[in-house]
Amino acid sequence: MKINLWGVRGSTPTSGPETTYYGGNTSCMDVWEDGWLLILDGGSGIQKLVINPGLKTKRIDILLTHFHLDHIQGLGFFYALFDPEMEVHIWGPASSSRSLHSRLSRYLSPPLFPVLIRDLPCKLTLHDISNSIFTIGPFTIQTGFLIHPGPTVGYRITGRHSVIAYMPDHEPALGKNGMINDRKWISGFDIAKDADLLLHDAQYTAIEYERKKGWGHSSIDDAGLFASFANVKNLLFWHHDPNRTDLQLNEMLAAFKENSHYEFNCDLAREGAQIVLK
Amino acid sequence: MPAYEIEIILNRQLADCLSIPVFITDTIGNLIFYNEPAEEILGKRFEETGEMPVAEWAIDFKPLDEEGLPLPPDELPLVQTLHDSLPHHKTFQIESMQGKNQTISVTSYPIVGRTGNMMGAVAIFWKTKKNEN
Repeated sequence: MKINLWGVRGSTPTSGPETTYYGGNTSCMDVWEDGWLLILDGGSGIQKLVINPGLKTKRIDILLTHFHLDHIQGLGFFYALFDPEMEVHIWGPASSSRSLHSRLSRYLSPPLFPVLIRDLPCKLTLHDISNSIFTIGPFTIQTGFLIHPGPTVGYRITGRHSVIAYMPDHEPALGKNGMINDRKWISGFDIAKDADLLLHDAQYTAIEYERKKGWGHSSIDDAGLFASFANVKNLLFWHHDPNRTDLQLNEMLAAFKENSHYEFNCDLAREGAQIVLK
Repeated sequence: MPAYEIEIILNRQLADCLSIPVFITDTIGNLIFYNEPAEEILGKRFEETGEMPVAEWAIDFKPLDEEGLPLPPDELPLVQTLHDSLPHHKTFQIESMQGKNQTISVTSYPIVGRTGNMMGAVAIFWKTKKNEN
């Protein structure tokens, strides 16, 4: 399984010399196996995702975690949606009253965007998901609702030899005393358990989180605790705060490593990084 | 055992912040959480009991009608909610831990999540003003 990270920033894109290392594009990554391609989220990073023409991929599956702008704002600028030869499947959570098509149309329509969904040239299919299990090529995909404002899912993707869990926006510690020390009572546990790689929200420091409870995101400490409960092997911190510089991110990671002693490997997700899981 | 749905988890986290007694059950009535104020009614601590099968916790809870006679389970709001997935409310008496009768009001509601499936039920207790007769 090969993974490319195209955008790892949270909330809104950012640019400037102080964020060039970790990058300023919002959530997007791809996952490859046996010539099949999954794209996770359509943040601003998706516009940089160009498939090697030599691969002759004619089907793309885009898995959306939710519809906050930083996870869909790049969709209208993704070339595959405008390629009539391309078969594009978009998977995302419905709400209890609106379909995926209805929810996505609120962005892909005037005045926010000039092109309507029905006018996109690609062969488009939309799939409503909730707590679901389905397969795409060699991948088995499990989804489950997570604690985050509005319908939001996490993805557990099982390939031939490895498992990844993608939870870019998640607040499992929401509550009076934070995360409950019981796996049955932890949001997202089944999505992440025993994963080879977990990509998880870590927007805040523990001090910042105290002032932002209920905003739908995690502190780096809670992300680490969640990964520990879930017994993952590797953890990448995701959804970097748009105001956080590269230097500050490095300091945040250093402080986390100094104060915690987990067995898993951890690092900050970085735009442009490629990961190979065997 | 798989983790609970987030709708159940969030109800527990909310109950944990409230000063009124709250009981949370699964779809068949097993008590999966009760908060600290509810411990006084049940006479047990959640940390000690953990989750309790319906047959076990129903014995500890002694509802009485206006005559002081045992109230049939089917007349309890929580039981009704588990049967029909609708909210219910009732005022009745329970025998307190001190052996006195106490008038309480109970409101129950179903936990129906985004998938539209019934996931469990919540009962909230209020002590009424005409207490302990």
